[in-house]
Amino acid sequence: MTGNRNPLIDGLLKLHIALCLIFIFAPIAGSFVFSLNSDRFPSLPLGSFSTEWYRLIWEDPLVWAGFFNTLLVGACVAAIATLLGFGGAYTDFRYKFFGKTAYLALALLPPTIPVVIMGLAMLAFLSRVSLSGNVVSVIIAHGVMCSPFAMAIIRLRLSQMDPDLEAAAWNLGGNEWVTMRHVIIPFTKPAIYAALFITMAVSFDEFAVAWFVSGLNETLPVKVLGFLQGQVSPRINAIGSLAFVSSISFIVIAQLLMRNPDTKTP
Amino acid sequence: MNTRPSLFSLTFSLPLLIWQLAFFLFPLAFLVALSFWTVRNFQMQPDFDTVNWIKIYSRGVFWDAYFRTLLMASASAVLISLLAFPASYAISFKLRDSVKRWMIFILIIPFFTSYLVRVYSLQVFLSDAGILNAFLGYLGLGPYPMLNNTFGTLAGYATLCLPLVILLQVFSLNFVNRDLVEAAHNMRCGRLQTVLEVIIPSAKAGLVIAALFAFILSFGDFVSPLYLGGGNPPTLSIMITDITKSGQQWPRAAVVALTMIATLLTVAFAAIKFAYREAGK
Repeated sequence: MTGNRNPLIDGLLKLHIALCLIFIFAPIAGSFVFSLNSDRFPSLPLGSFSTEWYRLIWEDPLVWAGFFNTLLVGACVAAIATLLGFGGAYTDFRYKFFGKTAYLALALLPPTIPVVIMGLAMLAFLSRVSLSGNVVSVIIAHGVMCSPFAMAIIRLRLSQMDPDLEAAAWNLGGNEWVTMRHVIIPFTKPAIYAALFITMAVSFDEFAVAWFVSGLNETLPVKVLGFLQGQVSPRINAIGSLAFVSSISFIVIAQLLMRNPDTKTP
Repeated sequence: MNTRPSLFSLTFSLPLLIWQLAFFLFPLAFLVALSFWTVRNFQMQPDFDTVNWIKIYSRGVFWDAYFRTLLMASASAVLISLLAFPASYAISFKLRDSVKRWMIFILIIPFFTSYLVRVYSLQVFLSDAGILNAFLGYLGLGPYPMLNNTFGTLAGYATLCLPLVILLQVFSLNFVNRDLVEAAHNMRCGRLQTVLEVIIPSAKAGLVIAALFAFILSFGDFVSPLYLGGGNPPTLSIMITDITKSGQQWPRAAVVALTMIATLLTVAFAAIKFAYREAGK
């Protein structure tokens, strides 16, 4: 690979990468810095170090209520989306049937629908069946939005499995259920855990649909949206920083679980 | 293949199907019905009346918002693709494999940060007395208005879409046959010419899909136009949230939502058709 290399152009291209990364990460890093800053509206030069905003959210009972709602929703959504996603992934892996394309489209399309439209549709429908305005409605909506992610993760793991493995188990006398329990589930276990954590992380950050359907039982991201509508409030940065740290911990745990399977991947 | 599905197969395939039918497809279909309902005395009533469609479509405000949203989302798709391409090209062609993997990992991180928090942080950066203008002030420039205008909205769209667009572009560029590039160099095809005539055509499908995602995300986003663009004049998604949150005129919001879905489907089909045209060549 020699080609026509030009150090100047290569340098400029790398500078461009750096600028894009700065643009992407400046708001994220900024939010951390601002959360520890005394100024209500930070600018250059920055104000002094302060944990005031963390103290304010710590003492705000509404933030705590939102946090527990988020946790409850996240745990339920992770379990539901992973169960549904596992079923979908296994169906795609194992079976060919008429209408499979439609099945897969239905399973995977939700993330491409704009959240305002999902929110409106969910609100209109769930309020019709008297399910809106509570935590259950958020769980239902997030279940729809998160199961495609779980399905994709588990499907990826299944595609690494030797298809003969299942057949071998059947030949050895295991029926489908036994094979599922002793072959498929152990093999996909890392992906199942990863799916649990990733769907929880997605649910933790989702605010739009939750805002439409949650009514008074706000989750934390909906609370943040409320702060954003009100006056300037650096509490958003404090909440955001904590949420970021917890989301990243979930991802790292998921990554470690994905990397840990018994078979060594090159 | 068994012709009759077994209990075993249904146990795994049906829950997802039922869930997505009941809570995804059905609510979307319900929007269609809802758009024909009427509102009397602040109560929605099942009906078959085209009044909502006529009301919304006869308003200049709606069409202004429609074309503005369309224009902004298209501009966002084009500008973000142009901004992303040099970076994706450099990541795919100029970096070592280990660095490339790190880049991909780094670009995934933003998906797990709250978009709202990033937008709020961006407000602090872009406002008249904010970080960026203060910095420019040291250089003797500005202040430039960057918030509550189109620039703010586009900056927000870029925050939302740029990582995804770079990732999708990198994935499609990684599939470009390196021998083709080498062959072009051997035939004394210049650097820029190689990019324009060899690399871009062979990665076209992926590049178009990446732009399509930027379009879809920007078209439906209400946070950036509201909190960075000022929200006035509104985009379609702001209209939906306003109508929905301010009362019982949900049927009208449904009309706006369905118009958005129709537009997105049209754009998506056109883009995919364009992306895979002459693909067999």
